[in-house]
Amino acid sequence: MAHGVSVLALLVVFATSTLAQAKAQELPVSEVAPGIFVHQGQTALMTGENEGATANIGFIIGESAVAVIDTGGSVREGQRLLAAIRARTDKPIRYVIYTHGHPDHVFGGAAFAGDGTEFVGHRNLPRALAARGPFYLDAFRRIMGAQSLDGVRMIPPTLLVDGTIKLDLGSRTLTLKSWPAAHSDNDVTVFDEQTKTLFAGDLVFLGHIPVLDGSIRGWLAVIDELGALPAQRVIPGHGPVSEWPGALADQRRYLETLAADVRKLVARGAPITVAADTAAAGERPRWQLFDDYNARNATSAFSEIEWE
Amino acid sequence: MPGRRFHLLCIASLLSVMLAGARVAPAATPEANDPWPGLVQDIFNNRPMNDGADVIAIEMPYRAEDAAIVPVTLRTKLPPGDSRRVLRITLVIDQNPAPMAAKFELGPDANVTEISTRVRVNNYTDVHAVAELSDGKLYMTKTYVKASGGCSAPATKVADEAKNRLGQMRYRQFARAGEGRAGQGSGQGPASGTREAQIMIGHPSHSGLQMDQVTQLYIPAFFVDQLRLWQDDSLVLAMEGGISISEDPNIRFTYVSNGATRFRAEARDTEGHVFQKEWKVDDSGI
Repeated sequence: MAHGVSVLALLVVFATSTLAQAKAQELPVSEVAPGIFVHQGQTALMTGENEGATANIGFIIGESAVAVIDTGGSVREGQRLLAAIRARTDKPIRYVIYTHGHPDHVFGGAAFAGDGTEFVGHRNLPRALAARGPFYLDAFRRIMGAQSLDGVRMIPPTLLVDGTIKLDLGSRTLTLKSWPAAHSDNDVTVFDEQTKTLFAGDLVFLGHIPVLDGSIRGWLAVIDELGALPAQRVIPGHGPVSEWPGALADQRRYLETLAADVRKLVARGAPITVAADTAAAGERPRWQLFDDYNARNATSAFSEIEWE
Repeated sequence: MPGRRFHLLCIASLLSVMLAGARVAPAATPEANDPWPGLVQDIFNNRPMNDGADVIAIEMPYRAEDAAIVPVTLRTKLPPGDSRRVLRITLVIDQNPAPMAAKFELGPDANVTEISTRVRVNNYTDVHAVAELSDGKLYMTKTYVKASGGCSAPATKVADEAKNRLGQMRYRQFARAGEGRAGQGSGQGPASGTREAQIMIGHPSHSGLQMDQVTQLYIPAFFVDQLRLWQDDSLVLAMEGGISISEDPNIRFTYVSNGATRFRAEARDTEGHVFQKEWKVDDSGI
């Protein structure tokens, strides 16, 4: 009997969380090209209130299967994306593709874990998730609250992209490409051949200040290569779906300015703290979240450029 | 009745488990559980801590912009003519997994008064600087740093790049505005007076959490644990480091030239690699 009560209490706990899952509301998505659906994330920092839904995430429906591209910043957001998919198709979700390993892109992964779904990412992604995962879970529990972190797991990809691979969704081929260190050291892009649509992940920012967590010199080189892709539209990691390759211009200007400013500071022997305070200051009016990320970008760029 | 009490106990214990779980997150703030007393015991053998406000200053940004690269500057404040000397300075980041970030030993004749480096910061944390003076006493000062938000992490950024730089060392001297430059004639050999210099060491400084791609095993921590800098054969600065020092350790410091013509550096890491290099001291002071 005693046993029964505690089991009952546990059941209540589980039942409540299952109920919450069942009630997951569809994430608003728009069909930006035939069969390609995108949720545009808020341009904001991840919080408990926004459920971490700050990145652009989406899915592509083929003849026989669905591919999810990034899973959002909480399991809740992942579940809502799943609800949006299931409102449109009952085809199996064969792939979950991570454009890279940052929390706003991978925290929703647990919503899709299950038989028949393969997680796909850059060959460096398992290493990045192993090194950073425990820290991200701790840090975002603090930032977003324990409840928002419920169920979040780092799910390492088992299908690794090293160069270019093609995935077939049934009469629909996706080309995945891994990039050298740029925004991060595990960036992957997804190109839908049929509609010439590029999911660029955080290799492309619009409106939201670019965030540097890899290599500024690498990123500038990657931008040149990206620009040559035969896409008609891009889904950036943050910001509105835009025309290609014009979407790259603002970001290129920002990163070039930052690199040039930092180079000058390094040349004249300024300490890294001065870079954090002054580099790319002229870019402030052009970007949202400038004060949240510019000093950090400058710090990161400085620690790279001083080795030139 | 006994049965019912037992039920209540079960529910109570279940609730307490749930509440304890809920309490885990706030415990991450230093106020909830101040690790400092324990650190004084572990790192300083419980020696008394004296107020260091007049002895040493610590400067860090209030918010860690990038968790992997948080600049920190330590500055000694002993007035000229004070008979005491700073022997060593220990930097402790209370809430990091390895709180003892670095221990600096200041060369007896180098008069190092300022040391800047970069550290990893995992959490909202007190950061302590403890100076040991020639009077045999410890003097402590502290600051507080908010952890960074966003996607930065106190880990290696571009793991492959860092590996490629392993063991590269660079030395650079800076002009120090307004400090005795005017008195230094040219063509008289290495100038005396305060200099500012920087040593950079290429090293990935793995914190030990990374997983090996091939074996799928977690690889052990791998970082620079010893660095020694000399002018000719006189020690300028030595550092015992831990995984809280950022990748590619970078130490910028002031010292007084003893007229030496060579500057030497030797670094060791936890795998026993020894990296050595020496440079001619540029008599321009720049």
